[in-house]
Amino acid sequence: MEHGSFTNDSFASFTLAEEDHTLANAVRFMLNQELVLLLLSFNPFLPRVTFAGYSIPHPSLECVNVRVQTTGDPAREVLKDACQELMLMNRHVRSVFDKAVSEFKVEQARLAAEEEKKKKAEEDELKKQRDLLASMDIESD
Amino acid sequence: MTTKGEKRIVSEEDKIFAKNFNIMDHPDIPTGLPPHLQLQRTRVLCKNDAPIHTASVSYSGAYNAVGVDNSVKLENFSENFKVDVIEISKDGMELTFDMIGIDAAIANAFRRILLAELPTMAFEKVFIANNTSIVQDEVLAQRMGLVPIAADPKLFEYLSENDQPNEKNTIVFKLHAKCAKVLTEQLIWLPNGSDLVKESGDSNSKPKTYTSFSRSQKESFPEFADNPITPSYPDILIAKLGPGHEIELEAHAVKGIGKTHAKWSPVATAWYRMLPEVILLGEVEDEDAERLVKACPENVFDIEDMGNGRKRATVARPRECTLCRQCVRQNYGEEVNKGVEEKEWIENVSLRRVKNHFIFKIESTGSLPPDVLFTEAVKILEDKCERVIANLS
Repeated sequence: MEHGSFTNDSFASFTLAEEDHTLANAVRFMLNQELVLLLLSFNPFLPRVTFAGYSIPHPSLECVNVRVQTTGDPAREVLKDACQELMLMNRHVRSVFDKAVSEFKVEQARLAAEEEKKKKAEEDELKKQRDLLASMDIESD
Repeated sequence: MTTKGEKRIVSEEDKIFAKNFNIMDHPDIPTGLPPHLQLQRTRVLCKNDAPIHTASVSYSGAYNAVGVDNSVKLENFSENFKVDVIEISKDGMELTFDMIGIDAAIANAFRRILLAELPTMAFEKVFIANNTSIVQDEVLAQRMGLVPIAADPKLFEYLSENDQPNEKNTIVFKLHAKCAKVLTEQLIWLPNGSDLVKESGDSNSKPKTYTSFSRSQKESFPEFADNPITPSYPDILIAKLGPGHEIELEAHAVKGIGKTHAKWSPVATAWYRMLPEVILLGEVEDEDAERLVKACPENVFDIEDMGNGRKRATVARPRECTLCRQCVRQNYGEEVNKGVEEKEWIENVSLRRVKNHFIFKIESTGSLPPDVLFTEAVKILEDKCERVIANLS
């Protein structure tokens, strides 16, 4: 639900139902990060947002109000872009995490196999020594 | 030097040079933020009484006046984001990993979703046929609800008020105990549904039970054909019985999320802490070094020999720091003996946290391994964003 102005769509308040701090804080962060690339200027990055914040009107009601004020772009578009960026970020997090976990598991398996090999080699050594001692005993007898 | 009235000829090269000139390229001009601002932006300073600079500077244009871009735009994020898995416990149910390059808002979102919005299976309805123990019915039912069940919730559907409990949304367990200690290993899975008969007027038709399974769960879920569904741990104590006491009950497990009730939370707990950074602001030598090393209960500091019998304290294991602040306390928290100088050590040690480096620990209760839980949590955040985008379009 969007509460804005009919004449100027660069600022609006959005009500997200059935949401809480989980999504609202993440979206607020992404909104603050929204940039547009300008060329040929001292600083080529221009922020798209002048104000981004959220509030929870009452803790018993499951709803969040997100306020967006932009530097010209329609507020709805900026919010959509922020959510889109958040989705892409999540996808990237997921892929990096999966890769890290599978690499770790492979490494653990490799280390475990090496440990096994070492243990076996030690056991074989011990066995050899025992056999050698046993054969020496027989000889002495 | 030109005098008044003389024309200066500007060559083409000069024009091109002027057009492309950017003061920031000059080698003497410092780029980036001055170090004190960089410290404020990236570190939480844990002072003796309270931490400062805790809020993350999230606005992309915060440092525009200095020409520094404060954004974590996707390309930078992809390059700088890293995950390092530190440890997976032997039974695979505890996971410790580092997330570097992400903001607290999103890390907290993951933590909140892990605790409250990942579905699990837990006992919701407990049909008690016989309970002669000293544990009251409702207390017994509440304890049953908290028993973790090792079943993948993705295979099951939610049971809403209008639905009939069937093999796709309910797991039925039976408990009939007469022995002194009632443990979870005495819970028996009933793949064919409830055994308790609902009393109905017809004596001709087939007796109806509390669930309507059309076929055995062993057929519908091939994973459970050979491995029966069990609680995650067989030795959880449910109740203690005296001589002659008996408990006979049937429990139905359904799918739910932690928001509704904590029994549906798939993690024992999930938390993160920021990477601690301990900096010695000045040289700590000899006797002071010894006292500093002794003061820290986590052995963060070490003694280093400098030669000539002089010693120096160094930071060996900053990651272990728990912010107990013993190293910055007056006199290291030791009792003040008469005649010993009281010193303030706040100037020598700086306790900091790195704002975008999180050490996550996830402890799963047994339904799913922790790495799967985290992946699911990220997927749920993605779904939330998608829902918002769909509502806006």
